Amino acid sequence: MTRTHENSLRTYLLTRIALAVPTVLILLTMVFLLMRVAPGNPIQAALGGHVPQAQIQAREHRAGYDRPILTQYVEYLKDALTLNLGDSLTDHTPVTTIITDNGAATLELTIAAFFVAVVVGVSIGLVAGRWRDTPWDVGGRMFGIVIYAAPVFFLGFLAQLVFADLLGWLPVSGRASPEVTATLSQHTHLFLIDTLIDGDLNAFWDCFLHLILPAVTLGLVTSGVLIRLVRVNLMQTMKGDYVEAARARGVGERRVVIHHAFRNALVPVITVAGLQLALLLGGAILTEETFNWPGIGFQLVRYLNERDYIAVQGIITVFALAVVAVSVLIDLVNAFIDPRVRYS
Amino acid sequence: MSSIGEIPGTAAPQSPEAEIKTEGPGGVRRLIRQIRSARGVPKWILYSGIAIVLFFLILAIFAPLIAPYGFAQSSSGGVDFPKQAPPSGAHLFGTTVQSTDVLSRVIWGARTEIEVVIVAVFFSLSIGVPLGLLSGYVGGKLDRGLVLVMDALFAFPYLLLAIVIAFLLSDKLGQGIITAAVAITIVYIPQYFRVVRNHVISVREEPYVEAARALGAKRRTIIGRYVFFNVIQNVPVVATLNAADAILTLAALGFLGYGIQPTQAAEWGYDVQRAISDAGAGIWWTGLFPGLAIVLLVTGFTLVGEGLNDILNPLIRYRRVRKPEIPGASPEADK
Repeated sequence: MTRTHENSLRTYLLTRIALAVPTVLILLTMVFLLMRVAPGNPIQAALGGHVPQAQIQAREHRAGYDRPILTQYVEYLKDALTLNLGDSLTDHTPVTTIITDNGAATLELTIAAFFVAVVVGVSIGLVAGRWRDTPWDVGGRMFGIVIYAAPVFFLGFLAQLVFADLLGWLPVSGRASPEVTATLSQHTHLFLIDTLIDGDLNAFWDCFLHLILPAVTLGLVTSGVLIRLVRVNLMQTMKGDYVEAARARGVGERRVVIHHAFRNALVPVITVAGLQLALLLGGAILTEETFNWPGIGFQLVRYLNERDYIAVQGIITVFALAVVAVSVLIDLVNAFIDPRVRYS
Repeated sequence: MSSIGEIPGTAAPQSPEAEIKTEGPGGVRRLIRQIRSARGVPKWILYSGIAIVLFFLILAIFAPLIAPYGFAQSSSGGVDFPKQAPPSGAHLFGTTVQSTDVLSRVIWGARTEIEVVIVAVFFSLSIGVPLGLLSGYVGGKLDRGLVLVMDALFAFPYLLLAIVIAFLLSDKLGQGIITAAVAITIVYIPQYFRVVRNHVISVREEPYVEAARALGAKRRTIIGRYVFFNVIQNVPVVATLNAADAILTLAALGFLGYGIQPTQAAEWGYDVQRAISDAGAGIWWTGLFPGLAIVLLVTGFTLVGEGLNDILNPLIRYRRVRKPEIPGASPEADK
């Protein structure tokens, strides 16, 4: 790597991180405002009607809800940035523990789904874009549109009906069989890795079988966007001057497509794949509900139903921070791959 | 609708829009001409999408006439419907665990989805487009501030945002069509804003806009007459694709229990949620039909959007030009 190359990358990195600061602030402000628009305050919402008024006031005082809103806001920003998210109201668990315990389940599901989405999305998209307006293209596009149109929970319902109930090949729901969960030692909370650390292949296989339906369901839905994107990108790069130039030089058609068009068509995919993470997190909430997968989304819905505002606020805060972190990361990867990004 | 004026940000750009309608909408005419000149696959995609959407529109409008029963009706003529009965002559799509007729719920559901989509798309258009116009044309601090806020909104996981808003609003507005529509509106405003703003920025420096400015046209006239109709072309694509997304979001809200109350209207997402526990017992009809209805309607809107995009987007527009024959460019040359 040359000197200037490194310099430009470093400059870009610093600018990008500096630009993320206002985004983080705005997102945190949004979370704070959203949670304060709610009638009453967290304590009242959680306990109102069940506990005498004096006790509610004492608790409010302890939690600091009787202080000026601006003080609370500054306090919240400080807490959020130091990841000091408080304890949940209903089961008195630190929010950070809720996230580390359940986050691994969401992570496992999301990574597996992401893998499915990229493999399915990129291959179908490339085929459709390469053979434009042939039956392959129409078929690929229709698949992309219909799969994108299917709600993740409906696909999940169909998958449960066919593969679990009708054929009996895969488990209906959950993360592992009860007997496996009971004996599992949780090193990382990622079951696939935990079972491998223990060398328990039967347990690994059990966890793997449980992962298939949720991951494929979520992955297929996400692949719809990738198909559309890869197809259009490939069509645009195939029109590019350098593709024409390569053809003019007498480069074989297969080499033109694979070497010149495909590669460049895939660069924007990284950006969108990163944006998909936010979508995957949303989809994960639905997938986790459908398959009883005990991840963060599953817990979020539970805490929302119990009106546990502290837990909800904490989980949303972490989501917001994660989204910004990923978008910065994606931009950096892009800058590394594509020099044009750094100089714009 | 008379309530538009109450929404902040829509009041000012209202008049240019009205003004344009009387001035002869060249942009709209161009749009229609482009659609009519469509050929081949894009045309086929667009027309089949329109057919599907029209089908559901008819179901929605004539639901009381088409649906055999009410959406919450569990008995007829003093006779209770059977519970979880498989499809039969009396109940073509079977019945649910609450003894309601699945076919009727699917048909009434079309009305709910269409209502929410119309309200949500209308609101997000009438807030997002004027904000984008203003931000892009005026520029400066206003633009920078709005872009930051909109980007932050856009970055947020949309379903999470919709859930939290629907949840918070449900205490004030109840769990009805308006709550669901507002939750969806807020999610989609940033998309219109982005598309319109970015386009305005590229149009702003065009010679005809500069000419209008040089002639001393008012800012409102320039935005309304010269910028608006050159920018609005992208909006139909975004709006139809958003309509598709809005149905998915509404269904997701219903699935999680933050959508429309089952007593107020039939909603497909809620029905699928009730059916998940049936899947283990081999009862397929309670979830299959509402689920298929979602897929079909979303596909319809997506096809319209995709078709329009193929026709309007010059980057991928299909042109019937014969490829020049280049020696060695055929796939066989590789071997």
